[in-house]
Amino acid sequence: MRRFESYGEGIPNLDLAELTGWLIVVEGTDGVGRTTHINLLRAHLEREGFAVAETGLTRSDLASRGIRRAKQGNTLGSNAYNLFYATDFADRLERQIVPALRSGFVMLTDRYTYSLIARAIVRGADPDWIKQVYSFSLKPDAVFYLRIDVANLVPRVVSNGGFDYWESGMDLPMGEDIYESFIRYQQRVIEELDGLSREYEFHTLDATRPMDDIAEDLAVRVSNLLHRERV
Amino acid sequence: MSPTIRTYGDNQREYPGRLFIVEGIDGSGKSTQLTLLAQWLRSQGYPVVFSEWNSSMIVKATTSRAKRRRLLTPLSFSLIHATDFSDRVEREIVPSLKAGAVVLADRYVYTAFARDVARGVDAAWVRGLYRFAVVPTRAFYFRVPLEVALKRILSGRPKLKFYEAGMDLGLHPEPNESYRRFQARILEQYEHLVDEFPLRVMDATRPVEVQQRELRREITPLLAGLARAGVEHEKV
Repeated sequence: MRRFESYGEGIPNLDLAELTGWLIVVEGTDGVGRTTHINLLRAHLEREGFAVAETGLTRSDLASRGIRRAKQGNTLGSNAYNLFYATDFADRLERQIVPALRSGFVMLTDRYTYSLIARAIVRGADPDWIKQVYSFSLKPDAVFYLRIDVANLVPRVVSNGGFDYWESGMDLPMGEDIYESFIRYQQRVIEELDGLSREYEFHTLDATRPMDDIAEDLAVRVSNLLHRERV
Repeated sequence: MSPTIRTYGDNQREYPGRLFIVEGIDGSGKSTQLTLLAQWLRSQGYPVVFSEWNSSMIVKATTSRAKRRRLLTPLSFSLIHATDFSDRVEREIVPSLKAGAVVLADRYVYTAFARDVARGVDAAWVRGLYRFAVVPTRAFYFRVPLEVALKRILSGRPKLKFYEAGMDLGLHPEPNESYRRFQARILEQYEHLVDEFPLRVMDATRPVEVQQRELRREITPLLAGLARAGVEHEKV
């Protein structure tokens, strides 16, 4: 019987032995194509007969509205944002991810704690502290990291609607020019994700390759993982 | 000379202000004591900032909605209150301390330590969560027997709210009884905190004015050197 573990003490009042599904995470910076790949992967897994559910950042019933409102006015302290995101994540973990895993679903997660840890560190949070805050989270079965460098990221972002205020780190003192701020901010986020990828043993995929190649690579790897676990 | 103020995570900072906080279960009389203290400090010319638990605007909207709709688990309850508290630390408490104010907080991190652990959250995790908080100049714990506090609260026939009564824990289907059991758990946690942290224990069964006299006597020496409006070059 497979079972899950938490990084730390875990979720209060949860029996991890009840969880029978799979938790698959796709990580990567803004604009790298995570959503596209999750959709493709979902279709692939459903063809294979797996029940699939998905979730992504700031999609909690509890905190997503408050986070949106706070962002509109930029009216929260920087550390409070970190904790608001942690609240949002906890809500999704307990009310979306855990129920899906309990029902034996494959939970595809568009970013996990790692992106949140990276963005918090870039905004000045103590790395040990923010990792400890997220220690209630479940260890995923696998984390696929769509890795890209900033130079290759820029044309994608430009052709997909341009630079977003937050994805450019405009709340940080990184310069008033949104392009330059984007470059600096994303560079820092990618650096942090690279560090986390070593620490938490992500499977790194080169996201500059053609989309079909990456999709196939992901499909094969996830299928192998799920079939191996079934035996 | 201003005392060094540090965070629980041990970041040392020099802030000229002072931070006094009161803790205790509902009905311990701590809010009354803090209000009286604020009035006295203001009358003495000190710049006073009153900081209340659960009061950051944006986060409050989320918390209120979540409580109304009963969306909170022990974990998210803990995190949303830490979010609110963090916002107050960054945008109210620390700037006020930098400005040399006397900051008075009705409930502080110890409320989270007691209440969240009473809800089943890991004690070490919640202490780590609040590592960013500033350590108070002095923290007062208003100790009162459970029955005395319950009588003060329940004799007013309050309509207890769901989370306030600890109904989320399934301790008892009847709100007043659930509240009673939940408060007992919180009180037990506070008693552990007294051993773990430098909380100054106040006997909250005594008359209000007796407690207030003691509180003023306790903090007076800690105010030395603070700026006061309309009082120049006072000998300290």
